[in-house]
Amino acid sequence: MLGPYRVLDCTGPLGWLTGRLLADLGADVIKIEPPGARLDDPGWRANNVNKRLLTLDLGDEAGRDAFRRLARDTDFLLESAAPGSAAAGLFDPDILIAANPKLIHVSVTPFGRTGPHAEWLASDLEMMAAGGAMSLAGEPGGLPVRVSVAQSYGWAGAQAALGAMMALTHRAATGRGQHVDVSAQAAVIASVAHAPASWDLLGIDSTRAGAFMTGRSVHGANYRVFWPCKDGYLNFIIYGGFAGQRTNASLVSWMTEAKAELGVLAEIDWGRFDPTQATQAEVDAIEDPIGRFFLTLTKAEFLDGAFDREMLGYPVFNVADIAADPQLEARGYWQDLPGPGGRAERFCGGVAIVDGKRLALVRPVPSAGEHSREVLGEMGFDSAEIDGLIAAGAVGVPSTLEDK
Amino acid sequence: MSGVPQALEGVTVVEFGGYAAGPWIGKVLANYGAKVVHVESRDRPDGFRLQYPPYKDGKVGVNRSGCFSYFNDSKYAVTLDVKKPGGVELARRLTDWCDIVIENMRPGVMARIGLGYEVLKETNPDIIWLSSCNMGQTGPRAPTGGFGSQLSALAGFTGLTGEAGGPPMLLYGPYIDFVAALVSAPALLAALDKRKRTGEGAYFDVSQYECGLSFIAGALFDYHANGRIAERAGNDDAVAAPHGAYRCRDEGWLAVSCWSDDEFARLASAVGRPEWADDPRFASAAERRANIAALDEGIEAWSAPRDAAEAAVALQDARVHAYRVNTMADLFSDPQLGHRRTWRVRRHGEIDDQAYYFPGFDLSETPGDIPGPAPLLGGDNAIVFREFLGLTEEEYDTHVANGVI
Repeated sequence: MLGPYRVLDCTGPLGWLTGRLLADLGADVIKIEPPGARLDDPGWRANNVNKRLLTLDLGDEAGRDAFRRLARDTDFLLESAAPGSAAAGLFDPDILIAANPKLIHVSVTPFGRTGPHAEWLASDLEMMAAGGAMSLAGEPGGLPVRVSVAQSYGWAGAQAALGAMMALTHRAATGRGQHVDVSAQAAVIASVAHAPASWDLLGIDSTRAGAFMTGRSVHGANYRVFWPCKDGYLNFIIYGGFAGQRTNASLVSWMTEAKAELGVLAEIDWGRFDPTQATQAEVDAIEDPIGRFFLTLTKAEFLDGAFDREMLGYPVFNVADIAADPQLEARGYWQDLPGPGGRAERFCGGVAIVDGKRLALVRPVPSAGEHSREVLGEMGFDSAEIDGLIAAGAVGVPSTLEDK
Repeated sequence: MSGVPQALEGVTVVEFGGYAAGPWIGKVLANYGAKVVHVESRDRPDGFRLQYPPYKDGKVGVNRSGCFSYFNDSKYAVTLDVKKPGGVELARRLTDWCDIVIENMRPGVMARIGLGYEVLKETNPDIIWLSSCNMGQTGPRAPTGGFGSQLSALAGFTGLTGEAGGPPMLLYGPYIDFVAALVSAPALLAALDKRKRTGEGAYFDVSQYECGLSFIAGALFDYHANGRIAERAGNDDAVAAPHGAYRCRDEGWLAVSCWSDDEFARLASAVGRPEWADDPRFASAAERRANIAALDEGIEAWSAPRDAAEAAVALQDARVHAYRVNTMADLFSDPQLGHRRTWRVRRHGEIDDQAYYFPGFDLSETPGDIPGPAPLLGGDNAIVFREFLGLTEEEYDTHVANGVI
């Protein structure tokens, strides 16, 4: 879909996903890294597959000149230079767009390029704290915890890709590029769902809920969300409503088939059960036999059993469980490409199946300097110029670089 | 609606479905100028209208849900009953009119009511269509229906959140729905661009589960390449130490991390413990991690009597990574978010003033906005059916009389 477009990707972790999403949509994404950059980080490899690699030292004046020339002949520039840094000076949107009026310049930074905190230091931890996500994860009243592995990169990177595509839509209509200024902090707010609305409308400051669902019962009863099972945890909740009633009834018939002890469950008419009216003692009595039944199941058994019975609920998967999930296999999700030493590397596939075909990964992870000559040649540098840049150390090619 | 030129001017979108995964895409497109029509029926309004708080003044009502409103600002809403005679035909006039259809029903539901992609494509051949559901349209578990809040567990997020040795932690709301919306939305606009060049539309089969995995792609790669299974580890980090949250005054918390020995020395001075910089127990990140309890205690002794926002300023002044752990209330007073105008108040028909979220990216030439509040149920029937679709007064009245509109 984006076949006609060239992307220069100078980002760090905050923008890796942006380039990956555009590459998966067909753009020619050229990742720029300095000589000696570490290319073995799992996050780097996972998000920089499907791109070409130009090894170019932007700290070197000859390298900067070469970059300015490349930027005049490109459709998108992605960068995540810290505002106020020397690199941010190179990535000045006013100057770059003046030289190339069709350029779509995307800056992905923790707080955006301007504002009182623009130059503040932030890693994923601070970005997730600043965007509100951390205050909603952890035990009630206890330590706020980070959400999973680094997530701010995803939130910022995805919104940056969307902003880039909006700018492209405008460019297609007018011929003009523009600057897209992404704030990871503001992007992370998308992850907290409608919690801000409770503060805005009712003055209720929603907070972290631990492993239990709170606030559903008028008697203040808490419902368990995470249940230990044979090999980990399950996510299951006693819901009301149509789907909840069906789920609860299906669970009881499953327990009956399995000859599990039912306790109070044998007596409950789920059609009349209303979770908003239950007391903690009633909830505990319901959850006790369920908890003992779940201890007899593996995550995989629960997943299959719940699916067969059209029940709500999923196991808490880890990466190994996800890797073995037949659903992903059946949809051709995993993409295998050759890696270092001839060993295959496995990647998450493109985010959609388009007209029956998975968005494809066509390029393995590039190695240092792999496409330097090719890219510079395509973009109008003659071989004497390229050799000069290599001799000056501004450009790296495989023969001058140790492949890490 | 605002008079400033917007990036998606002239782009038309129709949404079938509800809750977050589909409507969140339309909301963001509407914020940058697309004309987005949210389709519901009187019998089955969007589930967020009646199933989740907050409600204006705590009173339940189809037009009082702040949850629905928060996810649907800047759109038009119509009520259309496809089960009534002429209902499907009217829905098809809508899908013939638009560039993009977004639906997040269970697989097969749209086809069953006569609004499947193959059928609609006959009369709108270059339509761009996105179907989003838990598992995708194909595969052995395709028929799964479910909530994003639970799907976030299957996709690894909750298992990676929480203290080592403790249970997984809940994430607020349907976390993965927003991931899926944001990683798939760029594809819609890429398809629009391709359509301008080729005249071809596209059908996107989006699995929210798969989309979610793109946010833990590094951990999945690490497993496939190295066999390492990532586990939840509280706030610990493999590189930085310290790396955590510290109690402040008034139940506030401060996030702090140190990424080098120099930064640690600056932190030590800033919290009044300059001697730490020369203490062999803290000489490297590995040693600091091994002796983290002493550091945590010392940092918290400094932070506990301080206001979290002021503590963050003090550490940032010393060039140390730090930020207040913003609560939902804090998001509304954060000076940086204020600078970006992240919250934009619009007057809703029944809720009155509500603050809507403006996405995390500003465009320099076509800035985007919150052009309007969320719509009332069926509140835009006349403008959408009469003006956008061009129904005559008689046609419109007939549909109303038949209970279609």
